[in-house]
Amino acid sequence: MSLSRRDVLKGAACTGLVLASGVNAQARDKTLPPAALGILYDATLCIGCQACMSGCKRANKLEPDPSGNESLWDNPTELSTKSLTVIKQYRQNETEDKAQTVKSGFIKRQCMHCVDPACVSACPVSAMQKDPATGIVTYNKKACIGCRYCQIACPYNVPTFEFDKPFPQIVKCQLCDHLLAKGDIAACCQVCPTGASLYGPVELLKEEAKRRLALPEGQVALFPANDIRTGRTVSHTTAEYQQHIYGEKELGGTQVLLLSSLPFAKLGLQDLPEESYAGVSENIQHTLYKGMILPMALLAGLLYFVKRNER
Amino acid sequence: MSPKSAPLSSRIFTWQFAFFLLIACCATFFIVKRFIFGIGSVANMNNGYPFGIWIALDVVVGTALGCGGYAMALLVYVANRGQYHPLVRPALMASAFGYSLAGLSVVFDIGRYWQMYNMFLPQYMNLNSVMLEVGLCIATYTTVLWIEFAPTFLERFGLKAPLKTLSKMLFIFIALGVLLPTMHQSSMGTLMIIAGYKLSPLWQTTWLPLLFLFSALCMGYAIVIFEGVLSQTGFKRPSEAPMLAKISRVMNWCLGLFIGLRFFDLFTRDAFGLAFTGTTQANLFLLENGLLLAAFILLLSPALCKKPAIHFLGGCFVLAGSGLFRFNTYITGFDPLTGHTYFPAASEITITLGIVAIEIMAYLIFVKTLPVLPSIGKEPHKI
Repeated sequence: MSLSRRDVLKGAACTGLVLASGVNAQARDKTLPPAALGILYDATLCIGCQACMSGCKRANKLEPDPSGNESLWDNPTELSTKSLTVIKQYRQNETEDKAQTVKSGFIKRQCMHCVDPACVSACPVSAMQKDPATGIVTYNKKACIGCRYCQIACPYNVPTFEFDKPFPQIVKCQLCDHLLAKGDIAACCQVCPTGASLYGPVELLKEEAKRRLALPEGQVALFPANDIRTGRTVSHTTAEYQQHIYGEKELGGTQVLLLSSLPFAKLGLQDLPEESYAGVSENIQHTLYKGMILPMALLAGLLYFVKRNER
Repeated sequence: MSPKSAPLSSRIFTWQFAFFLLIACCATFFIVKRFIFGIGSVANMNNGYPFGIWIALDVVVGTALGCGGYAMALLVYVANRGQYHPLVRPALMASAFGYSLAGLSVVFDIGRYWQMYNMFLPQYMNLNSVMLEVGLCIATYTTVLWIEFAPTFLERFGLKAPLKTLSKMLFIFIALGVLLPTMHQSSMGTLMIIAGYKLSPLWQTTWLPLLFLFSALCMGYAIVIFEGVLSQTGFKRPSEAPMLAKISRVMNWCLGLFIGLRFFDLFTRDAFGLAFTGTTQANLFLLENGLLLAAFILLLSPALCKKPAIHFLGGCFVLAGSGLFRFNTYITGFDPLTGHTYFPAASEITITLGIVAIEIMAYLIFVKTLPVLPSIGKEPHKI
């Protein structure tokens, strides 16, 4: 018995078809959990006071994260193992379009708590979990092996790793889920003085975001603050909005929603498709390994050939 | 098993060996440092580039270099080309080393190595994770490789009874030895699909699993040719050129499929234009595919293939080009667009070199003490 060239080509073609068909194989059911909690961050209300950053530090018992030469105070510029959220500022430079009306703006970065989180799909040992009720994406250090595949997978570059420690962990925002049991809300929203960071059920936050996008510019309006369910409001003059809720559709959606006057691309947030990369990856993997049928069939064939050809 | 293998009877401790030992000692120093002060104390990996050369070179390229055993088993046992049997044992040994040392690299690359066994505990397993498939499959295959190689030890120490038992069951392990690399070598391609936009469109495609499988096969045959020519000149052994020439033809078929699929994919996705944008990524793409095309053209003529210089050169081009394809997919084609940069630290590179040095030392010890290389029927030369 010998394998002809044609057989080899045929085999390769079949493998190819199976792999290619995996791309559109099955639609995964990834929808917003019933009691999904999240944050609506409205950059037009943000004054860059960074109260959210220090509130987060206090609530999560994190060390100061100084940057620059003097290292005198806590002023992180990026998400790090000591800073689960950062406020960044964008300023227009000379080379950019002068006609742009908004010259600068803030953006809050933190874990987006994706509806279809890539880190949860990627983690080999289920250390990243999405809570079935609240949808909060949590990290379990007892499971984690430190492979850092979650960092490769995260489309928002959120999880950070303690490269400077002998016994490191992955660190990321867990939406203060440790305060949830005490009836408290995420610390960043609790301390935000302007209502720029607003906590609450994602469905309500989405409605609120849509309401804001429909408001005419330059009008005094009331904005819910801290927790959308408490009814506390602050008044602001409405700004010009980009007609885009970032996080409504990106890669299947996120539970942290962003509004801004500036195009999100200028704020370091990528233009993303609606289909999640995790979905593409899992479809290929499940097509090949569902029930281990294909590998077992291949093994049976191999056993037959090897037994026959072994001398 | 094959009675036609014999140990080389030359000295183990040579000046070359001492050189490799020195590199391995330097690497050990930095590995100890890593365990005391953390990964950041020896490596430049960062939150933008969480995978460095320990994953990209030691594991992703390293295991492909260890695919000699896989590629030869496919040829000898599945395609029933028995004439290549003398090349199986040295290929298997190199594979066993390649995979074992990749496994070793993972231990110091992984942050929470003391919990590594969580991968094997059902309550922690995430069946959606490509990383789980790769991890479990590589661990299983490394075990299978040592079982496949075990007859060499049993022959050397004259253990007839276990040798007989193993010989009867060996076909199971040979079949597994073809199945498992098919699985994890393709999965190493799938692994980067979830990176989405972070991987340049020159590499990001849903064809990655099949491309990685072809590249593993090409590199498997290439390493057999490479080691065949080197051990023949290095140990002054008779030429295996006719056999290696035929293997270079088989390799070129795989290479043709690889290149064909690669360009078909690039054109259908309209990504090929990016190759001429002059960026580092674009230039590395050109280098990668230039090497592969050069090898393919060099090995097109069956007459030319017969010359050892030609099939050796072709093998080297494939190793470099296909290795670069893998490296680009994991490091240079990857950009998180956060402003992070990555270039490996000297200590990080030393650790990778140390792993290679250990591999070469182990190869030298094994071929000189165990019946690995085909016996040439007379007392070999002293070197």
